[in-house]
Amino acid sequence: MYNNIIQQKMSGIIGKKVGMTSIFSADGRNVACTLIEAGPCVVTQVKNVESDGYNAVQLAFGERKEKNTPKPLMGHFKKAGTTPKQKVVEFRDFRIEFEGQVDLGKTVNPDGVFVEGDFVDAIGTSKGKGFQGVVKRHGFAGVGGQTHGQHNRQRHPGSIGACSWPSRVFKGMRMAGRMGGNRVKVLNLRVLKIYPEKNLILVSGSVPGAKNSFVILEK
Amino acid sequence: MSELLKFLEAESNEARSKFPSFKAGDTINVHVKITEGNKERIQQFQGTVIQRKNPNSNGETFTVRKISNGIGVERIFPLLSPSIEKIELIREGKVRRARLYYLRGRQGKAAKIKEKRSFK
Repeated sequence: MYNNIIQQKMSGIIGKKVGMTSIFSADGRNVACTLIEAGPCVVTQVKNVESDGYNAVQLAFGERKEKNTPKPLMGHFKKAGTTPKQKVVEFRDFRIEFEGQVDLGKTVNPDGVFVEGDFVDAIGTSKGKGFQGVVKRHGFAGVGGQTHGQHNRQRHPGSIGACSWPSRVFKGMRMAGRMGGNRVKVLNLRVLKIYPEKNLILVSGSVPGAKNSFVILEK
Repeated sequence: MSELLKFLEAESNEARSKFPSFKAGDTINVHVKITEGNKERIQQFQGTVIQRKNPNSNGETFTVRKISNGIGVERIFPLLSPSIEKIELIREGKVRRARLYYLRGRQGKAAKIKEKRSFK
């Protein structure tokens, strides 16, 4: 059992969400899919057990102007011999089979990491929804029209606790508030197509976040 | 739309080009593949195109309306669906709208569309 977990090494890539479209699969179904521009990513650091305590590969993606880059980060990119990048992400235990391909300063492309038919996880920052009530934010049902004549009760949460005991509202009570803008991971999206010449990946289903936002794909 | 999405959707241009160009008001005959168990047969659906939605995208659909046994029947087809075998253009119609919803309330002669005359 434990050995199995050890073998589940992770590999991944950073990308940008382009947008959604649909294609027809071989069995004639119309599949909604998301296009992601992934890579070329550059390896900016390789961590190992001896020096860092764990194995990891740090990838960087997206061009950024030198004048907008903090000096310490600039030195970090210089060490890897690349131009400054926008997004830096660390992948723990990048699969061992990529040994040699993921050295400092090397480029990682989607076709080197994924093959068509793979199942990948997508991580992104969901769209911000602003201050939302409990019906949208937590899926409360509202009162279903049984307002007993009160005009502004329909989407309210109802009771938030008892009275003299406990004389307070419990922590974590689900209430209205800011919604969205969180890190969200979507599991098991199928890689439908890879376009190596444009570094594009087409995955089935939707991916969290707005267009042009960063997406991390993991296998 | 983003350039990269256009690049992706350009792949379907070939599939699209095997169909004749038709628009709202035209009468077409759609050959649809139907699988029953492991048998496959072709069913034809002939009628007037009343709209084309999301043109030149992967999700393009068109709606065909016909009167079957006195009852109006509308069918929506995805243009790029692999189950569409063939589309025949029977007759070009002369209409002044892109969406012919007004046909729904009409019967008989009132639902008639003038034929487009092309001078060659």
